[in-house]
Amino acid sequence: MSKKAASTIETKDDAVPACGASAQAPVNANLPKEAKVELYRKMVRIRRFEERSLRAYQAKKIGGFLHLYIGQEAVAVGCCSLMGANDHVITAYRDHGHAMAVGMDTKPLMAELYGKVTGCSKGKGGSMHYFAPSLNYWGGHGIVGGQIPLGTGLAYALKYKGLKGAAMAFMGDGAVNQGAVHEAYNLAALWNLPVIFVVENNGYSMGTSQDRSSAGPGLAQRAEAYGMNWGTCFGHDVYEVRATMDKFLTLAREQCKPAVVEIDTYRYRGHSVADPDNTYRTKEQIEEYRRTKDPIQVFQNILMKDGVLTDALVEQIDTEAKAEADLAADFAEASPYPTPDDIQRDVYWESDNPDQRASKGRLFFE
Amino acid sequence: MAVLTYREAIRAALSEELTRDENVVLLGEEVAQFHGAYKVSDGLLEKFGPKRIVDTPISEAGFIGMGVGASMLGIRPVMELMFWSFYSVAFDQILNNAANVRYMSGGLINCPIVIRGPANGGTNVGATHSHTPENVLANHPGIKVVVPATARDAKGLLKSAIRDNDPVMFLENTILYGEKGEVPDTEELIPLGLADVKREGTDLTIVTYGRSVLHSLVAADILEKEHDVSVEVVDLRTIRPLDIDTVLASVKKTHRVLIVEEQKPFASVGSQLAFMIQKEAFDELDGPIHRLATIDAPAIYSPPVEVEQLPNPQRVLKAALAAVA
Repeated sequence: MSKKAASTIETKDDAVPACGASAQAPVNANLPKEAKVELYRKMVRIRRFEERSLRAYQAKKIGGFLHLYIGQEAVAVGCCSLMGANDHVITAYRDHGHAMAVGMDTKPLMAELYGKVTGCSKGKGGSMHYFAPSLNYWGGHGIVGGQIPLGTGLAYALKYKGLKGAAMAFMGDGAVNQGAVHEAYNLAALWNLPVIFVVENNGYSMGTSQDRSSAGPGLAQRAEAYGMNWGTCFGHDVYEVRATMDKFLTLAREQCKPAVVEIDTYRYRGHSVADPDNTYRTKEQIEEYRRTKDPIQVFQNILMKDGVLTDALVEQIDTEAKAEADLAADFAEASPYPTPDDIQRDVYWESDNPDQRASKGRLFFE
Repeated sequence: MAVLTYREAIRAALSEELTRDENVVLLGEEVAQFHGAYKVSDGLLEKFGPKRIVDTPISEAGFIGMGVGASMLGIRPVMELMFWSFYSVAFDQILNNAANVRYMSGGLINCPIVIRGPANGGTNVGATHSHTPENVLANHPGIKVVVPATARDAKGLLKSAIRDNDPVMFLENTILYGEKGEVPDTEELIPLGLADVKREGTDLTIVTYGRSVLHSLVAADILEKEHDVSVEVVDLRTIRPLDIDTVLASVKKTHRVLIVEEQKPFASVGSQLAFMIQKEAFDELDGPIHRLATIDAPAIYSPPVEVEQLPNPQRVLKAALAAVA
């Protein structure tokens, strides 16, 4: 396969574009003011939710792992804001941002962290396993790269059914070295499946920098080996995320063309909150990103300049987001836990639907 | 009744279900143009076309995972593994994703996928190609596991498996593909989780499944004729869900049990059976539960010796005589 066939979309050079440079892209320019405010609001809501969940974790209300999305908000919000009725999303374990971006309510999300029966997975999945099939959101998966074949399957199903839609299969920069990811790339390219593989490159696979884990000139560029389109963009500018993804999503929906899109982003917290984050990068590096590229601040600046946001509205959105997160925590706190009887529910469709069960015999054992 | 080979019976089940439900699709290595590595899908490409019968690359994690994802959106994929031995490279997709996605989503997502292919030793292909993972699979709640021994069972169970809303692992056998058996002319759905008494007897219950059913039946005839021992052979047919009631009813009749399985013995299907039988029918037993399994080592290549590593009629005979002694 020649290079010509590989990349039909121009990739970016190394220069950081002026923030808001993609504002004139039709997908952004045509946005009504309210939709722009909504993009901003979603990012703020995600951040406040994550901060509140961190406090709950520190207060020992939450078990297991907690992988926060703080710093990466523009990626999920930008990508998911482009979803049409037949577009689907699947992601890995840093999944709170995507869940909120597709429209999940924060109360069941927080309750899931608390392990409560009112959680989005009834307290059975936890932080890494949020799902909302009614919103075309297919998780929330715990094994690095394991969700990528599933996302390819969503695209396969769309094509099989003749539906005009696309699947966005998100992964981190650590996932690109998993075999299952490459197998999925091959299948998607081989069969022209409408899937966009979105690599959220926050620079570190857990504590290992990209330089120390991934060979080759770039992560997205690996798509060339499969004759797939690829592109990169900066993930701190929600407009740029939207402008870039819109092109690839259109190609996927209209022409069943898969692609790999690498979005440069950054997380302010450790890999999970159990990561003390003091061995593999400096505090100055984090501060520098925060100061110059914080996705919420960047978008706030753009919208203030455009007169879409005002100081009062910024204040109001933030106050409401904090209140929403607190309310979600209150809801979670007040909710009951599942019972031991719930442990064996939701295992088999058949055991949950005994009146429609066709099989015989024992499904569960002691 | 028509007489079909086990292979033809599976093909007939696939063909009927592909005809019945347009969301059923067969994917796997060499299933289309090559007509199946074991010719199970012979003629299906010509009948159903390339959208329904799909050749995949040698990429089990990729295509099984893709099938799991497609099933979440309502496709009913039947994925052929050329050998079940290759499940190890798709382990994460089968046992993390297919088995767990319903649970972890609090019951919001179904995974109506069938993964099928042969899982057996006895063909001199060495340790990598001779795995029998039914115990490993059945150890994962959320998964169903079927191991048919006859053409009729293979057809009726596969049709049920394809209609099942849970992920079903369907373990066939390369040595059985050519075995002939009567299959009803009219449509038959055999429910998963229903054992079948393949031979009635009064002195000893052999609980078994898969190809070992055939070995047990041969041994049972010898035991009857030459040793005056009347053997009842219970074919589990499905490992999970498990029809323990049929097993217990037989134990109550014969009071002696031999488990025969083409499995390594440690933590095998037989281990689970023995636990359940002693727990639920302790007072019915006139002696310890016996077991004949694969000799505990990786599958040996050497053709005549591999026969001795696996259950075979002579080994079953010997074990049965020990069980009734």
